[in-house]
Order: sequence, then structure tokens, then C-alpha cells
Amino acid sequence: MPEQLLFAMEVTLNGLMAGVMYALVALGFVLIFKASGIFNFAQGVMALFAAMTFVGIQNGQVPFSHLINAIFGTKIHYFGWELHSMVAILLTVVVMIAMAWAVQRFIFRHLVGQEPIILFMATIGLAYLLEGIADLMWGAEIKKLDVCLTDQTCLPQGINLAIDETTFNLFGYGFFIDNLDITATIVAIILVAILVAFSQYTKQGRAMRAVADDHQAALSVGVSLNYIWILVWSVAGFVALVAGIMWGAKSGVQFSLSLIALKALPVLMLGGFTSIPGAIVGGLIIGVGEKLFEFAIGPMIGGATENWFAYVLALIFLVFRPQGLFGEKIIERV
Amino acid sequence: MFYREAGDFSTTYRQDNQTFPIKFDRYRYYAVLAVAFLVVPFIVNDYWVNAILVPFLIYSIAAIGLNILTGYCGQVSLGTGGFMAVGAYACYKLMTGFPDVNIIIHIILAGGITAAVGTLFGLPSLRIKGFYLAVATLAAQFFLVWMFNKVSWFYNYSASGQINAPERTVFGVPVTGAQVEPWAMYMICLVFTFACAVIARNLTRGTLGRSWMAIRDMDIAAEIIGVNPLKAKLTAFAISSFFVGISGALFFAVYLGAVEVGEVYGIQKSFIVLFMIIIGGLGSIFGSFAGAALLVVLPVFLKLLGVDLLGWPTDIVAHINLVVVGLLIILFLVLEPHGLAQLWRVAKEKLRLWPFPH
Repeated sequence: MPEQLLFAMEVTLNGLMAGVMYALVALGFVLIFKASGIFNFAQGVMALFAAMTFVGIQNGQVPFSHLINAIFGTKIHYFGWELHSMVAILLTVVVMIAMAWAVQRFIFRHLVGQEPIILFMATIGLAYLLEGIADLMWGAEIKKLDVCLTDQTCLPQGINLAIDETTFNLFGYGFFIDNLDITATIVAIILVAILVAFSQYTKQGRAMRAVADDHQAALSVGVSLNYIWILVWSVAGFVALVAGIMWGAKSGVQFSLSLIALKALPVLMLGGFTSIPGAIVGGLIIGVGEKLFEFAIGPMIGGATENWFAYVLALIFLVFRPQGLFGEKIIERV
Repeated sequence: MFYREAGDFSTTYRQDNQTFPIKFDRYRYYAVLAVAFLVVPFIVNDYWVNAILVPFLIYSIAAIGLNILTGYCGQVSLGTGGFMAVGAYACYKLMTGFPDVNIIIHIILAGGITAAVGTLFGLPSLRIKGFYLAVATLAAQFFLVWMFNKVSWFYNYSASGQINAPERTVFGVPVTGAQVEPWAMYMICLVFTFACAVIARNLTRGTLGRSWMAIRDMDIAAEIIGVNPLKAKLTAFAISSFFVGISGALFFAVYLGAVEVGEVYGIQKSFIVLFMIIIGGLGSIFGSFAGAALLVVLPVFLKLLGVDLLGWPTDIVAHINLVVVGLLIILFLVLEPHGLAQLWRVAKEKLRLWPFPH
């Protein structure tokens, strides 16, 4: 096989994996949008917040230690324990649920019935607020994120040797596929399966879907909107935690993590804001598209096209199909 | 008591239609202008100009521009940073390409070029609405910044990739470059801000502004009563980008002098200007000024309070700044969705009746 084709295949595979990572973030958007009509710009910052909280709890960092030290002149930084990853994940989930409650209670409860664009801007404010709080709580420096079940079995990193070897034997060229990306793909599949099972088979999940379908009808058959919205934000917080851990393990927990949320936006635009399969397919298209574009055309025009390719693709796509691939048709009446 | 329209009679339509129909308002406006033009330039020092006044004036222009698009025409844009970059680079290319032409003409032309680019990116708005459009404008933001980074023609092939403003003068007084006096810097920004505000205020009062507001309130209904959405939306994009371009050009040429595009005109700029109009008040020229003032003064104030007074590390104060800005946005959206401008309006209503309750 010609070398270029092999390279392109490798790039495509890597693009698919990257697409899964985008889809992970996009999922959280779709959940909240479907249930409450809020376009949650803060999803990326929630992922950052979750990842920082996870690392902070795991390492036994004292929350707000910098601020406390600055005010009282003390020198506290750590509680001095190392928590097991699973315990840390559970505690982080608790924090995310608390956050979901606070967001619902103090912000969006007061904004019910406002125009969507006002809600959108409120989530931009929320993004700033959460980012500031996360930085104040845990410090803004880049942190390393490890998830370990036991001392030996951690999240795998680096090149997958099995794939490298098989492809080398097949084509005479070993593909470079990161173990972490493979894990992320598996995690994403499990996550989607859980979400689908949750929304199809549990009482709460059905209530969630009912609210997504029609607020008022759901309200009239006795579904508590407040409870459902807190639930949805909690689930989105959990999805953010998963995305945050995956992205954090890949590139370290740092501010740029919140920018992946921006990358998830074109994914949503392609897939449609209201469709979970759309989020995944959109993620894959964007992932493969931007990697292939960078590979084929990037070198000709100076590289780093990944910064904008997704947006321009989504923009061009939207002009022809404004509701996205799987979105519901937009009907407007006077 | 302070704010009365009693005894304030209009005898012509012209008087009735003026920007400030109430006498007190009008005199207050003249007083503010007199102070800004005749007093401030003589008493300002370097710190005030660089930390507060010039950023405030320049951001005000950008906020007025975005307010036309978002507040008046209802099209949310997250591409302000990118359009400011267009203004800056257009100004730079004009300054270096035609060194003999006056800088003021360059800045206005830079606004014109930005208007053309803005119209181009505004074309999808005819098909795309709401936050789909907001995300689509991100394409402008990221693509433009990338382009100014990668295409070396834009920065005249300089090795650092930066653009530096050469020295230019207006009436023999340098306004760009290293030798600028603080008052000159202030004056040129003030003149542009004043002109932009007057133009924007009168545009929004006229036919064009009304068609924008009709589109904002309900585009389909507007179309039915005869507002041409193509014309309304594209003019909003063009005029908004014109102002944003001027502010970008001033930000580069007058204020900073040297610019690295990714740092100065990144996505954060787009957000800050958007925040200014949310806090200040959507659909209000006064609100653009109020929001710009608040968001320019706030970090300076927090820094004075936190770093200089309490001795906290700068990074903590920066984080607190994020929290405060986020909180302000949310508070304003929850409590007063029309922003500072609405508070001002309410205060005026109260003053008119004071000391009586009704």
C-alpha cells in the first residue's frame, strides 16, 4: 500500500479517537439543552472544575488554601493524605451535585421563561464564575492527573504496542495510537450506554425525557421540574467529570481544558443540539475532518488549522442545514 | 426637584425630536462634554490615561459596535476580538503602506475594511439564528486570528510576528509611536469615541435603527410588515464591524503600539466586550459606556484593593476578578436584564417625581 494512504488511515483513526473526546464534552451540552432549553456554555469549565476538584481531593489539597493563606497569613496547603481514585471520584460527584443544586437554585430558577439568548449569556457568566472559583479553590498551576485502581493499574498512557505490531505486520508500517484514546473510546461507549439505559429504564430518566418533550405537560402529570433540572445538571456534571478526567489525563489539568468546550460547539452544530447520537456522529466528523484537513492541506497554508477548521466546517454546513444533521426541524411562527 | 421638564416647551418638531429633549439632560450632556474636552486633557497623568481613560474610551467604541449588532439587531456575536484584529491589521498595513496619509483617515479606512469583512461573516446570519449564529461567529474569531498569525504579509514579514505602530502625527502632535504625550493619546481616542457615539445614537433613532429593533424583536413579523431582513442584518453587521474595527485600530495604534494578535485579540476580548454590553444594558448607547467603564475600572480597583492595600498575590486577585465579573453578569441578568442603563432610567424617573412618591 502506498505510504500516503497508510498515513491517512492512521490520521483518520486518530481523528476518530479525538472525535470521541469532543463528543464526550458535547454530550453534556445536549443533556442540559434537551431538558431545560439552556445552551450551557459552561460545560467546558465544568469539566475543568471537575478535573481540578478530582485532583485536589485526591492529593488532599486544602480548598481555598491560597486565599486563606493570603488573608490570615497561614501556611496551609495539604491535609496530608492521598485518597484512592474511586473515593476521589465519588467525592467529586458529590461536589458536582452540590454545584448543580446551587446553579439551579441561585441562577436558573430565577431565569425561567427568559429568552434562550439571555440564558446562554447567563451560562457565559457562570463559566467565568466557575473558573474563578476553581482557580481560587485549587490554584491555577498545571496539575498532573492520574487515575489508578490499584498501585499498578492506572489509566494507560502512550503508544499501544499491540496495534503498532499488528499493523506493522500487515502493512509494514506501525500505526501510532495512544492507549489513552482507546480507553477514552471505551469509557465513552460505556457512558453512552449508561445514559441511554438511565433515560429509558429508570423512573427519573423517563421523567427527564418527559420534561425534555414538554415542560408543561410534564408538570401537569406531577413531575417536579426543579428536581429534574437539578438531576440534569448533576448528570451533566458527571459527564463533565468523565470528560475532565479523560482530557486531564491527556494534556494535564489546566486552563486550556475549558477551551475544549469551544471545540464541542461546532460538534453540536453539526449534530444538532437535541440529539445524543448527533453529538457522537458530529464529534467523529469533526475529529476526522480536522485531522485529515491538517494532514492534507495544513502544511500548504501554514499549519495549526485545527484552531478554526471545525468552526468553518460547521458554519458552511449550517448554511445548508440550519438545524444540524439530527436536529429537529426548526419551525417558527409569528 | 433636580430633574424637571416643567416649563421646558418645544415649539418646533426639531426641538421635540432632539436627542436630549429635557433641558436638564441637555445641559448635563454639554457639561460632561466640556469637562471631557476642556478640563481632563490638562489634568491627566500617564497612569490615569493608560490604566483607565484610554481603555475605557476604546472599549466604549467596541461596546457601541457590538451593542448595535447584539442589543439593537439581536444577533449575538462572539467574533468581536477577531474584528478588532481586522481593524488593527488594516490600520497597520495602511500606516506602513501609505505613510504620508493622515492617521485619522487610516483609522476610518480600517473601520471600513472591517465593515466589509464583518458583512462577509454576517452573510450566514440570514440562514442561522440565535446561538447557532453565536457559534458561527466563533469561526470568524478563530479564523481571523489564525490568518493574522500565519500569513506573514499582514505583519510585513517581521521576524517576531508582531506589528508595531510607526510614529504618526495629527496637527504636528505625535499620537502613535513611542513619543506620545498622555493627553494626545486621550484626545484622539476621545474624538473618535465622541464621533462614534453621536453617529450610533442617531442611527439607532432613525429608520435603520427601527428596522434593526424590529428584526431583534421578531424577525418573521418584521419581514411581514416590510422590513428587509437582508438589508437590516447586513447593515447591522457592517456598521457594528465599522465601530469595532475603529476600536481595534485605536487599541493597536494608539494604546498598545505593539501587538501580538493571539494575545491581544483572542476570544477573551470577545467575551469582555459582550459582558460590557450585558452589564451596561443591551440596546442602549449610554449602557455601552457604563458597561465599559465598570469592566475597565473593576480590575484596576480590585488590584488596588487586593494587591496594593491587602498585599495579596496578583494571581489570587486575578481569580477574584473572574469571580466578580461572573457574579456581576449573573446578577444583572437575574435582577436587571436591561443593565446599568435601566438603573439609570429608573433613577431618572424617580428624580423627576422626587420628593413625591407618585
